[in-house]
Order: sequence, then C-alpha cells, then structure tokens
Amino acid sequence: MNHPICVDARNSFCPGPLMELIAAMKLAQIGDELEVLSTDQGSAHDIPEWIHKVGHELIDTHEENGVYHIRVRKKK
Amino acid sequence: MKKIIIVGGGTGGTILANNLARRLAPEIASGAARVTLLTASDKHMYQPGLLYVAFGRMAANELYRDLRSLLEPGIVLHVDPVQSFDLDNNRLQTESGTTHDYDYLVICTGSRPNPESIPGLAENANHVYTLEAAEKTFSSLQAFTGGRVVVTTGVPHKCPMVPLELTFMMHDYFRDRGILDQVEFFYTYPIGRLHSLENVGKWAQKEFDRLGVNYETLFNLKQVDGDKGQIHSEEGSVLDYDLLVSIPPHTGMPLILDNALGAGGWIPTNPATLQMEGRENVFVLGDTTNIPISKAGSTAHYEAETLGENLSSLIRYGTLASLYSGKVFCFIEAGKDRATYASFDYKHPPQPQPPTQMIHWFKLAYNKLYWNSVRGLL
Ligand SMILES: Cc1cc2nc3c(=O)[nH]c(=O)nc-3n(C[C@H](O)[C@H](O)[C@H](O)COP(=O)(O)OP(=O)(O)OC[C@H]3O[C@@H](n4cnc5c(N)ncnc54)[C@H](O)[C@@H]3O)c2cc1C
Repeated sequence: MNHPICVDARNSFCPGPLMELIAAMKLAQIGDELEVLSTDQGSAHDIPEWIHKVGHELIDTHEENGVYHIRVRKKK
Repeated sequence: MKKIIIVGGGTGGTILANNLARRLAPEIASGAARVTLLTASDKHMYQPGLLYVAFGRMAANELYRDLRSLLEPGIVLHVDPVQSFDLDNNRLQTESGTTHDYDYLVICTGSRPNPESIPGLAENANHVYTLEAAEKTFSSLQAFTGGRVVVTTGVPHKCPMVPLELTFMMHDYFRDRGILDQVEFFYTYPIGRLHSLENVGKWAQKEFDRLGVNYETLFNLKQVDGDKGQIHSEEGSVLDYDLLVSIPPHTGMPLILDNALGAGGWIPTNPATLQMEGRENVFVLGDTTNIPISKAGSTAHYEAETLGENLSSLIRYGTLASLYSGKVFCFIEAGKDRATYASFDYKHPPQPQPPTQMIHWFKLAYNKLYWNSVRGLL
C-alpha cells in the first residue's frame, strides 16, 4: 500500500492546517490518502467538518504527544 | 573561492544578496567569496503597492526600481533567468545557455497567481496580483454603480491579509463615492472562519458585523458562470454576484515545476534551517518554500536575515549560526485610513490590536521605506 501524502502543518498559524490540506488536496489524485499533522487542537474539529461538507472521506483522527493525525481520502 | 548563487531578485533574493555582500565584504574584496544574483527582470517590483493601484492611490511607476540600483556594488548581477538545475553536480544553466557552478545555492523565485486553474475565474473576476489586473480592478471599481460585490479566496495565495484588506478598502471606497447604500458585500473564505489566523478572524467578524458585510465560510471556489453572474463552491453553494473580486489560487514558478523540485512548484524546505530537504548546500526562501507559513514579503525578509547569518557562517566557520523562528509581521489595512497588524512566529499566535490611523500611516511610510528595507538598511 502507498504511504499517505503527508501534510505537515505543525506550528502553522497562517495558513494553518485546513488551508494546507485544501492546497494539498488540489494536487492529489482521486483515491489518494492524505495525513495532516497538526499541533492546533481546533483542526481536529475543523478538518472533519470540512471533509464532511465537501464530500471527501475521513479515515481516522487521533492525537499522539500533542500532535493531531488526521487521515482523509480524496473522493472527488 | 566560495560561490553563492541566489536565484530570484525579488524581496527575499535582494535582501539576502545585500545582507551577504555586507557580511562578506572582506571575503568578496579579497576574492575568497562571490555572491551572484541570477534573475528574470532588471526591475524590482514593490508588490504590496498593487493593492493601492486598485484604488487609484498609487501609480504604476511608483512600484518599480532598477534592480541594480538596489544592490550593493560587490554583488554580481545577471538578468538571465535560470532554466535548469543539476543539484547533484552543484551546477545550473540559464536561458542564455550559460552554466554556473556554486558551493551554495539559494532559490527564491516567488509564486504566481493562477486564475486559469478555476473555470471562468480569469475571464470574469477582478484581482490585484499583477499590474494589469490591479489597473483593470480600478476601472471596474470606478465603473461600479451598485449591486452585490462578492470576494472569493483561492488556496494557496500570497499575502494572507489581501482578502480582508480589499473588502475593508472597497467598503470605504464606495462610502466615499456615496453609493454604499447601493452595495451589498459578500465575503467568502475557504476555512471555517474569516481568516486563517484565529484572532484576526475574530476581529474581522466583529468589524464585518458592524459594517454589514455578509459572509460564508468553508467556501472553496469551483467555477464561475459569467453568463449567469454566479459562483459555485466545491461545498455546493451558489452565489450571485454583480462584481466579482478574487484572490486567485497561486502556484510555484515554471522553473520549479519544470525541474520537478516540488509538487505545485513549492520546494520541500526545512522550516528552521531553510535547507531544501535532502540537500545540505541548497536553501529556499520566500514564497517558493513548502513551509506552512504565510507567503509574504515579511516572511521572505526574516528568512533572508537568518540565511545571511547562516551562509556567511558556513563560509567562515563551516557551520550554521541560527535557526528561523517562523517570524512574520503583516500590516492589515482596515479601511482607507485605519490599520492594524499581526505579528507571530511558529510558537506564538498574533494578538491583533484595534486599528488606528497611526498604524495606517506607518503602512504608508513603509510603502516608501520598502526601498531601504530591500537594500538591507532597515
Ligand atoms: C497585492 C499584493 C499585496 C501584498 N501585500 C503584502 C504585505 O502587505 N506584506 C507582505 O509582507 N507581503 C505582501 N505581499 C507579498 C509579497 O510581495 C511576496 O510574498 C514577496 O514578494 C515574496 O518574495 P519572494 O522573494 O519569495 O518572491 P518575489 O518577490 O516574487 O521574487 C521572485 C523573483 O524571482 C524571479 N524569477 C522568476 N523566475 C525566475 C527564473 N526562472 N530565474 C531567475 N529568477 C526568476 C523574479 O523575476 C523575481 O525577481 C503582497 C503581494 C501582493 C501581490
């Protein structure tokens, strides 16, 4: 299995994790898996909200040593 | 002789070249070091001035200076764009066919607006990211007699403050023309608040509510239907517009894409050392990095200062001297005569203050002081 595309948005206030994910999604292919790394607690909520609204797939989210790992799949 | 080549004579490249020319003045004079700047134009543009061009408040000629006039005498300048890199052999080739070798390479070729990547955007929207577009926006604003103004923001984009600044400045512009009661503002933004910086977003929301600016968040532009005067979002919304003002999505430069140095034209870069991932002697600066940080002149400026210290230290002592802290400082125009600012780094979010006329004057002064800033005097 291919590794997910890593979107390392740790310590990013601006543009921040969701904006980084949106940019990375544009470059990804349908079916690709992306993993966002974020130190911003808000993104554990914001990213799933956007994924749901836009119609991509949320695979998993968990926290490890203060870093949120949010895995998603591009669906369209 | 140790050779440093800087590719790109914009904000980051010019500040770095001047910084190095001063730090390494003895080595340059003795022939022990050389700083070469390779760039695409003999003119240097003050890009933030484009925002004012769109309101008829700055003239095109105020935005440009001859690049040579901004550089320390010891710097070797070639206006000869780079075409290809051979990073394994520390060599590059320019469009004229000249080959240059180097000990240290710095890439800072910036970014460019790419409205063509969204169907209908280039044909139907105004923007301020080129001189031609900013002048056309001025004509559109002048010709506008009322209706719904929609502001839409693409991802990624350079200068994160432009969406808010354009909205506030258009508000005051239409108020001064006496047609504010005929204008409805509708601001859209890609993420779930009004600005990527949370505190700036909270402040902007209060200002928008006070001014009667409507907004929709989680709005990523999918296409523009110019015939119907509508925009469609990836999230399924449709909005009518009479005047469409966009912050187009940006991409890296063709040089970076053609040489496959990074997806989207953004080069994978270490956020602290600014080294290109996997390359010890290649550094990246400004908009060209893939660091999750604002694509702004101030970012390029602070990064250039770190690199100036590090490259001169590498040449003298063979070691890096300091790490980039993620420092960014951005003014935010909050109308035609009030401004605030955001200052932050990797660890500390900004705490925006209420806008004042004084900060607006600082910004106007900076529009002139920029020329000293790129010379490295500020
Ligand atoms: C409307 C607007 C408002 C802005 N407002 C602000 C603001 O208020 N505050 C702020 O901090 N920033 C602001 N910015 C952003 C700022 O101007 C940029 O982020 C900054 O210029 C980036 O610097 P850079 O050195 O990375 O790239 P640039 O300054 O864009 O320079 C890139 C250089 O690379 C050269 N080049 C391109 N291709 C090649 C090649 N193949 N070979 C050699 N050279 C090449 C170009 O000629 C150019 O000289 C604004 C920008 C705009 C457009």
